[in-house]
Amino acid sequence: MNAQLSAVGRPVLTIAGLAKHFDLHLQQGVRLPVLEDFALQVRSGESVVLDGPSGAGKSTLLRLIYGDYLASGGAIVLSLPNGQRHDLLSLPARQRLLLRRRAIGYVSQFLRVIPRVSCEAVVAETLLLRGVLPDEATERARALLERLHIPRRLWSVPPATFSGGEQQRVNIARVFVADWPLLLLDEPTASLDGANRASVVELIEEARAAGSAILAVLHDQETREQVATRLVTVRSPLQREAMA
Amino acid sequence: MTDFVPTETEPLLEVHGLTRRFGALAACDRVDLSLWPGEVLGIVGESGSGKTTLLETIGGRQPATAGQILYRTAGGAAVDILALPEIDRRRLLRDEWGYVQQHAHRALRMGVSAGANIGEPLMAGGARRYAAIRGTALDWLRQVEIDAERVDDPPKQFSGGMRQRLQLARTLVTHPRLVLMDEPTGGLDVSVQARLLDLLRRLVREHGLSAIVVTHDFGVARLLADRLMVMRRGRIVEEGLTDQLLDDPQHPYTQLLVSSVLSV
Repeated sequence: MNAQLSAVGRPVLTIAGLAKHFDLHLQQGVRLPVLEDFALQVRSGESVVLDGPSGAGKSTLLRLIYGDYLASGGAIVLSLPNGQRHDLLSLPARQRLLLRRRAIGYVSQFLRVIPRVSCEAVVAETLLLRGVLPDEATERARALLERLHIPRRLWSVPPATFSGGEQQRVNIARVFVADWPLLLLDEPTASLDGANRASVVELIEEARAAGSAILAVLHDQETREQVATRLVTVRSPLQREAMA
Repeated sequence: MTDFVPTETEPLLEVHGLTRRFGALAACDRVDLSLWPGEVLGIVGESGSGKTTLLETIGGRQPATAGQILYRTAGGAAVDILALPEIDRRRLLRDEWGYVQQHAHRALRMGVSAGANIGEPLMAGGARRYAAIRGTALDWLRQVEIDAERVDDPPKQFSGGMRQRLQLARTLVTHPRLVLMDEPTGGLDVSVQARLLDLLRRLVREHGLSAIVVTHDFGVARLLADRLMVMRRGRIVEEGLTDQLLDDPQHPYTQLLVSSVLSV
């Protein structure tokens, strides 16, 4: 477990009574419960790693916080460094969109490739959406791509043809190019080799030291021990049923 | 200290209870929607869902049967478009709105030059200096990735993709505060679509466009829209953030539509 527990600060993310089920209307209305009465708090300067078998609802939890999935019940509150508090589940869609640009960074499992958009433009876009000028955004994007060992001659190429590991590093770069009060990481190192994994662990550590609250899904044991300041177990109602 | 969520501004457009009837059929039935500055709203649905009727009714191309269309003008006043006298309404829509049609040849003048197609809306707005108009036309040809050498060629000599890009230039040259787009990539080859989509994404960001985009293509919606509304039989059945609506659809009809697409 990560020993550097310094500077754990105020709560950034507070989850209470969170529930999620999927109603599959096309499958005779089957209801799949994934999370029930889930609670968690993550503070500034903490890296909480979610633990549990696959299908436990770990990725679902990240998606609920990001707003990619709609919660079925409960509360998710985000407290920002400027004192603003937002009840994410009742926030109008367009305000959530603004929060995504500045407050909640989310590294998904796979990069969603946009046709014709170059690798460095994908990364710079995060900054452009915050109003950073194009030259500075490109410069910062390039510096991070360099750090993540993406070959220079790939920077102007759309990532569609990149390897899985290269795409994942672009996906990491497009989030870590900016600062976030809350970072959600879904298997950020899954398809990376040792050297690149070390670079990503370093980026995560820097973000934590700078005060981000981090919530991650990490299966790789070594990475998890380097990153986690705390483990939290997630188990879906279906899995609890199967074990009873 | 960083302001994470700026104080809420007023919507640019608020549509309340908008209805368009053809006899007993309500092609567009009590639709409510709001659009904020700098936002792209996508309206998705199958053929016959009423999405084009909705857009045309908002854009003044079809008469509304009932409802309100509140628009905040450049001057800051909120006006009900439907309650304006015809002449004022036409002037306001010409000066402040843009409309992109699926079939570019209906929006373009096919026999006159590309440059004139872009210059015309400027002249309608009062521009008179030929050199300045031509300079602006050339700049817009560049922005929509059409070779400047084609400035004197008429669009009847252009491919479908070029015509659509020329229509974008003709529409955006007057810097409309609100753009309505009806299937902007419809009927184009896939590679041409990708180029147009990329161009649209860039223009939306660089010019801070506020737009409503009607499309049946979820891939287009995913790439362009911040928020989505799903339309069925003239009604809005579901709305939300684009990725949420596509990744976790709630309504049976949306689930059916999303599950029927190969990969979005």
